[in-house]
Amino acid sequence: MAEVLVFVDHVDGAVRKPTLELLTLARRIGEPVAVSLGSGAENTAPALAEHGAVRVLTAEAPEFADYLVVPKVDAVQAAFEAVSPSAVLFPSSAEGKEIAARLAVRIGSGIITDAVDLEAGEEGPVATQSVFAAAFTTRSRVSRGTPVITVKPNSAAVEAAPAAGAVEALEVSFSEKATGTKVVARTPRESTGRPDLTEAAIVVSGGRGVGGAENFPVVEALADSLGAAVGASRAAVDAGWYPHTNQVGQTGKTVSPQLYIAAGISGAIQHRAGMQTSKTIVAVNKDAEAPIFDLVDYGVVGDLFEVVPQLTEEVKTRKG
Amino acid sequence: MSLRIVVCVKYVPDATGDRHFAEDLTVDRDDVDGLLSELDEYAVEQALQIAEERQRAGDDAEITVLTVGPEDAKDALRKALSMGADKAVHVEDEDLHGTDALGTSLVLARAIEKTGYDLVVCGMASTDGTMGVLAAMLAERLGVPQVSLLSEVSVEDGTVTGRRDGDTATEQLQARLPAVVSVTDQSGEARYPSFKGIMAAKKKPVASWDLSDLDIEAEDVGLEGAWTAVEGATERPARTAGTIVKDEGEGGKQLAAFLAERKFI
Repeated sequence: MAEVLVFVDHVDGAVRKPTLELLTLARRIGEPVAVSLGSGAENTAPALAEHGAVRVLTAEAPEFADYLVVPKVDAVQAAFEAVSPSAVLFPSSAEGKEIAARLAVRIGSGIITDAVDLEAGEEGPVATQSVFAAAFTTRSRVSRGTPVITVKPNSAAVEAAPAAGAVEALEVSFSEKATGTKVVARTPRESTGRPDLTEAAIVVSGGRGVGGAENFPVVEALADSLGAAVGASRAAVDAGWYPHTNQVGQTGKTVSPQLYIAAGISGAIQHRAGMQTSKTIVAVNKDAEAPIFDLVDYGVVGDLFEVVPQLTEEVKTRKG
Repeated sequence: MSLRIVVCVKYVPDATGDRHFAEDLTVDRDDVDGLLSELDEYAVEQALQIAEERQRAGDDAEITVLTVGPEDAKDALRKALSMGADKAVHVEDEDLHGTDALGTSLVLARAIEKTGYDLVVCGMASTDGTMGVLAAMLAERLGVPQVSLLSEVSVEDGTVTGRRDGDTATEQLQARLPAVVSVTDQSGEARYPSFKGIMAAKKKPVASWDLSDLDIEAEDVGLEGAWTAVEGATERPARTAGTIVKDEGEGGKQLAAFLAERKFI
């Protein structure tokens, strides 16, 4: 069976969930060979093996952290040449997409980004994408070169499938361009203790109706009662009420959780583009005419400062 | 010496319009109004600020705005010129219809080399394809550093520095020019063209190039030359109407009951 290269997104050896989803999808089109780079790379092997990686190619070098993107492109290209895979898969993170883009140019291959599903086809893997603010679903394939595909978080349920996961050192010689963009400082994001927005099964978002930064704890309290991530609309972010890293929408993050709760969000097209593929959508808004109500499975027309705290209490009570 | 800045922009169908596909599964541009991609306005704005900073320091800068697209795409160039860019390049060729990201990056890279550059500025993504891969592809093709997804950017003494807000960390980046940068929607609100700017834009030069000007063969671009193929596009079925209740004191509890029924609690 053909081997499929899977790029591993990890933080100091802890594999992030979208990579495990990627391994599940990779198994549909071949045998996953994982490429794990940087500090803690070898520590990713057990989790990768448990989810179907037949081999884990690892490389550690200071260049991966000290310079932007290109050292990782060099490494993935080395893996590509060593393995001759039938496809190369990346998580649709900012970095994943950039590495994929440069690899595609180097190996002369087509690239598909932000796939939400992947299956084997007669002429190679077929990727499903959600486009035009999720108004259309397309099915595409790479027609020239080895398919390079990036996949969005929450596109597949993680399935365990134990495999050998044999660790092999990957030989990488860095290109002259690898050290072009220096990372002169890095400040890790402070953990909020809440799940990551793009990976969360439940997202609770606040918008203009929240009225101010001082009111966001109302949204956060509901999120915490449900074990959810917190999102914000562009209006709330632009007003400075919540960090940009939590923005849901066309220019922020796209999320596709099992449950999306929109509080005080009217549902402009740009916001809908970022959450429309959520499985169940719930909204609380004072304005009965708000476009968000066209999308909802359940909507409450009312004051979010009445409805949301009551919901939070009820969730706590029911969870005991 | 004058700092040569090239800003890559895209003419896109208005996201608030009813976007759909043509029969050949390319984006239907006939039925929807087009405009300069909102995310590229941030790129134009940052280029203007870099040029203005340089001029304040008694130096010089020139901004060329570049697009690849059909006749109407000139509208996007006019908007950027009216914001303050100095000149424009429009790459237009009927063989370009259906060109995908890889092909577009080839055309842009050739046009950038022909124009001459010290700094290339892109938006973080287009608002239609939303791939967000172009800056990386351009850096790869041009063989220069990539300083991408910046919320802050500045240029001094032949060095570009910027701030990148990632999922797990914020990074400060630095590279020597020439370089390709891309900026996010957090980089700073784009200015509105003034009346004076709009009038001035009408007199600014817009060069028109076709594939032969860039030594690109028709078979390497367009729908035939694309590295990817769209096999089908289906409209998402309309959601079935949900339940909507008016809060009369029990709205939160009713919502909790719905969530419990769906096993979220």
